[in-house]
Amino acid sequence: MSTTPAQRFLRDAAEKSADLVHRELIRRGMESYDAAHLAGRARIKDWEAARQKCQEIKREAINHLDRYLLQFEEKVTSRGGHVFWAANGEEACTYVRNLATRLSVRTVVKSKSMVTEEIHLSPALEKVGIKVWETDFGEYIVQLRDEPPYHIVTPAMHLNRGQIAKLFREKVDPGIDSDDPAYLMAAARRKLRQAFFAAEMGISGANFLVADAGVLAISTNEGNGRLCTSIPRIHVVVTGIEKVIPRLEDLAVLWPVLATSGTGQGITTYSTLIGGPRQPGEVDGPEEFHVVLVDNGRSQLLADAEQREVLHCIRCGACLNICPVFRHIGGHTYGTTYPGPIGSVLTPHLAGIKEFKHLSYASSLCGACSSVCPVKIDLHHHLLQNRRNATEAGATKSSERLMFRAWRSAMLHPRMYALGGWSMRKALRIIYGLGLAGSILDPMRVWNRHRSPVPLPSESFRARWRKSLGAN
Amino acid sequence: MTGSRTVSLFVPCFVDQLLPEVAVDTVKVLRRVGYEVEFPEGQTCCGQPAFNTGYWNEARPCAEHFVQVFKHADVVVCPSGSCATMVRIFYADLLAKSPLREDAIALASRTFELSEFLVKVAGVTQVGATFPHAVTYHASCHGLRELHLREEPLQLLRQVSGLKLIEMARSDECCGFGGTFAAKFADISASMGNSKAESIAATGAEFVTAIDPSCLLHLQGILGKRQSRVSTIHVAGILAQEKS
Repeated sequence: MSTTPAQRFLRDAAEKSADLVHRELIRRGMESYDAAHLAGRARIKDWEAARQKCQEIKREAINHLDRYLLQFEEKVTSRGGHVFWAANGEEACTYVRNLATRLSVRTVVKSKSMVTEEIHLSPALEKVGIKVWETDFGEYIVQLRDEPPYHIVTPAMHLNRGQIAKLFREKVDPGIDSDDPAYLMAAARRKLRQAFFAAEMGISGANFLVADAGVLAISTNEGNGRLCTSIPRIHVVVTGIEKVIPRLEDLAVLWPVLATSGTGQGITTYSTLIGGPRQPGEVDGPEEFHVVLVDNGRSQLLADAEQREVLHCIRCGACLNICPVFRHIGGHTYGTTYPGPIGSVLTPHLAGIKEFKHLSYASSLCGACSSVCPVKIDLHHHLLQNRRNATEAGATKSSERLMFRAWRSAMLHPRMYALGGWSMRKALRIIYGLGLAGSILDPMRVWNRHRSPVPLPSESFRARWRKSLGAN
Repeated sequence: MTGSRTVSLFVPCFVDQLLPEVAVDTVKVLRRVGYEVEFPEGQTCCGQPAFNTGYWNEARPCAEHFVQVFKHADVVVCPSGSCATMVRIFYADLLAKSPLREDAIALASRTFELSEFLVKVAGVTQVGATFPHAVTYHASCHGLRELHLREEPLQLLRQVSGLKLIEMARSDECCGFGGTFAAKFADISASMGNSKAESIAATGAEFVTAIDPSCLLHLQGILGKRQSRVSTIHVAGILAQEKS
């Protein structure tokens, strides 16, 4: 029997949550993020006002997505760029693959893009013999390991430098003899520089598509985004349709807020605006410029008034970083392109509620995610809505449905409820008295696997109230 | 807000059945600061377990039952941030199409968590309690992020005679209970609980306290399994202690 995503999630979660070395590594990474994030927020005079403004900008953009996307398209095509509207991942991959084949591309360099992970673009290109280089340092590392990004901002945060040195010795250069970060980065750079100059095509994502200026905005810290988009002959942008924003001036707040939420920086090291292919008289830039606007389920989410705001996400990763579940199970356990709270909200919409509803339940609903989201997505309440949708779609277990129906009947009749509670305590006292806690006869055995048994008072509060307390 | 000296007690179902002391202590504290306490015996559960699991159609009649039981109460007080949140924050959505919607919204505005009621409504932070122990405070999620109760419980604890309050690292990180989450994802829940237990132990406190008995029930189990010397106690349990 094949394993479902839910079964795999449970298995991996059990393994990772017991892995104390992993927990310690993530804890240390997150603690340095926490400190940087707090310091970054302190630099912004009124953080709450900035969040509010970002929410308003994204709400305006999403509510008028059709208009702003067309405006963006018109500007780009007027400069000689091409815009392709892809209804799904397959259409997007086919477009890029055909383009690469037609233009005899042998080598592609990529800057970091989660959408290309979502639509599995690299495997689609590799299948026709094209060599694809991830050029973000973290992405390069996970590509060498043949695994997906662990985190949407810091793809290799689950690895320490010793592991990276060993990987580089095996895959990059057998002469690697140090785990010094600067030394390892220099080794990667030597390889990647060759790739930048060999590549005929550069593929990037976009942090924002600016409608009024018709440009895309890319933020990177390594400068690889600029090299990918300016050296190769062809530049292809693959991006989700929700990335559009109305005005260039909106970047004045979105850029610093994204940087602060992502890494605690005031602004990322390289903030780049790109509007099309090389224009007459310009000295650099690509000859061909293509933008692939990916829908892949986003329009459906747009049609859902209750959950539309999930499209506001700017992929900063703040909700992953603060999430106690993420901190305990790590990014790969989710088994999705987008892990953490935003992934648990989004994935059932993009990849199917039946297969991925378990993610909406894999949260204690603590609300830490919503409290840090820079565009104020009410993430944990969307998890509740996903749960309701799963139940109403009949995607939950029939035993659970029956249990909640029985529960409802008891709760509507105070006497039945009181009798039920009394019987349960009585039964548990007998079971525990016989030393059978945790056995198959113990209805609380899942609880008791990790915890000592709950207290079982002989009298409920209501019994005590009736007896004496109420008379005071 | 309200001048009434009578409060109706909303006792969460699992407190009624498993942790009755929490409600008994709540009654003691409310009476000590001068309130009459009523306990409407028709109450059962607010519906949160079904609501949080996605069974809104099962939760709705429970919520309607709750509104019927409490709709004539002047003010409702609950010793749980989570259950108070269910009424205050979620009833409006859950009962959006119910004939009881208006009653539910009005009731929500008169429903308070205990520390919130004492500090914000009754205007009391000194309740005349004595508790000569080292205590660390866990900021329960629903109280903190839904009801925005950050300072209120601490204001009360700081006034308790003899109490030494020690702050734990990441006191506002979830303990891992999360209702049905604790059963559906037992391993993750326990792992989060154990991280919390480590933060608690690092303070050297004798007690960990919170405004949410569900967190404490979970932590009591986790600490018990670890054979920790730290005990759990609800904020009401501390506030109820008088000089002997």
